[in-house]
Amino acid sequence: MADLLTVSGLSLKTADKLLVEDLSFSIGQGERFGLIGESGSGKSLTSFAILGLLPASIRPTGSITLGGEQIVGASERRLSSLRGDAVACVFQEPLTALDPLMPLGRQIAGPVRRRLKREGIDSSRAAVKREVRVLMEQVRLPDPQRLFDAYPHEVSGGQRQRVAIAMALACQPRLLIADEPTTALDVTTQAEIVQLINALVADLGISLLFISHDLAVVGQVAERVMVMRNGRPVEIGTAQQVLTKPHDDYTRNLVAAARRFDAALEGGA
Amino acid sequence: MSTASTAFPRRSKRINITFWLGLVLVGGISLAGILSLFWTPYALSDMAGGRLEAPNASHWAGTDRLGRDMFTQLMIGARIALIVGCGAVGIGAAIGVTTGLLAAFATRFLDDALAAFMDILIAFPTLLVAMLVVAAREESSLGTAILALGIGVSPIIARITRILTKQVLGQDYIIAARVSGTSWGAIVFWHILPNIVPFLAVNLALQFGLAVMAEASLSYLGLGAPPPNASWGHMLHEAQGTVYTAPWGAILPGLALFALVIGINLLADGLRDRFDPSRRDM
Repeated sequence: MADLLTVSGLSLKTADKLLVEDLSFSIGQGERFGLIGESGSGKSLTSFAILGLLPASIRPTGSITLGGEQIVGASERRLSSLRGDAVACVFQEPLTALDPLMPLGRQIAGPVRRRLKREGIDSSRAAVKREVRVLMEQVRLPDPQRLFDAYPHEVSGGQRQRVAIAMALACQPRLLIADEPTTALDVTTQAEIVQLINALVADLGISLLFISHDLAVVGQVAERVMVMRNGRPVEIGTAQQVLTKPHDDYTRNLVAAARRFDAALEGGA
Repeated sequence: MSTASTAFPRRSKRINITFWLGLVLVGGISLAGILSLFWTPYALSDMAGGRLEAPNASHWAGTDRLGRDMFTQLMIGARIALIVGCGAVGIGAAIGVTTGLLAAFATRFLDDALAAFMDILIAFPTLLVAMLVVAAREESSLGTAILALGIGVSPIIARITRILTKQVLGQDYIIAARVSGTSWGAIVFWHILPNIVPFLAVNLALQFGLAVMAEASLSYLGLGAPPPNASWGHMLHEAQGTVYTAPWGAILPGLALFALVIGINLLADGLRDRFDPSRRDM
């Protein structure tokens, strides 16, 4: 089967600086792909490039194809419809990713209504509300009755991230980009969100691009991973191979550091 | 929210006093202004009393030098002040918010050009801009004064809208909305405007006070609504010659002006604290 997302020879540069250099990878239909790197390694920029959301000052070269469509150099109009349809994104900080002045139910309803309209299905208020309810149950939000009218600051961080995931799934994307979706959450909630994302991706048969600096989290999610450093790809392979038998020195250091950290935690406990 | 009010009882009490005092002042003046549409103690041109009477039982605020009732004039003045304030802020907001949004979305060059243009306009005193507009129209009327003041306050509103919009545009939820395929129009209407309105509203209230003051100044200079319209500024002008023999003629319209401007500022302050529940919650 053809790959859903193919990135080849992608470079991102500003007027005087090279931010990402010669990046190539592909994600198959239904595949879960992990992008690992320390902050500043260019992993979030890569996701922005895939979404076509780069600021005007950063120029992409190379090629990104999503479902057969070229994203580098595509018009804003074309990108806008691709974003609603083919690709969706979950961000790191769920508090700022939700409009503070809009009830949660209405925030999920926006993309739902657009999808129903696009597909020419009944997009009446009742139909949208029904669909929002389904999504809220899908992401296992408790007490949807109350949360439908609640504001972001009235619910917990984990619940906010579930709402953000529901919004992302509302357009039924073929690729879900999760940009450090668990970093701002506490460890228990992290595990729940990782489980939820795994289950949803498997159930819906969509592809996942999971971006994180946390090796343990990526290990739980991804089948294949790529490690980035200073905007360059360092190592790519199956999660099993990269995380247990890394070839590259940098990856080896990362894995060793993570191990030492875990050992220290267990020793201290 | 309950924890916030128990933890800071002093602060919430202060907010209430500010808010309610502002509401009473503005509400009282508004009632007087609205009431003047249906009822005033005397007709405006009715020279019913003696000249320059002090406040008494039949003329609650005294009379002017033609024997006309001052309380009637104060009530009509309240109406004019409110019309001018609302009209000027309305026009100013229409021009300012549109320009501000445009600048925030514009290309860098256009944005810089608009920002520089606004700065130049802001450097001009509102009153001076208003006087220029009145001079250009070659006649003074209430409509001209409102238009003039609306144009005068618009650059400040535009600048604030631009800054607030840029702040909101940098938020993740705008990116999230774009990712989910929301059009720019819908983003402006559903996400940007609701998020800047609380801050904008406070500023609009301040501009309201400014516009009322400026109208009084225009009228004082004879550039506002022409007589027999009883604007507070016009009353001040009339009372100028008799300020030593009949001081209430100047003191009362001055007090009314002061009460409205102070009231609207207190109200704006109180509203800002009420509008901002998230800040109190966190």
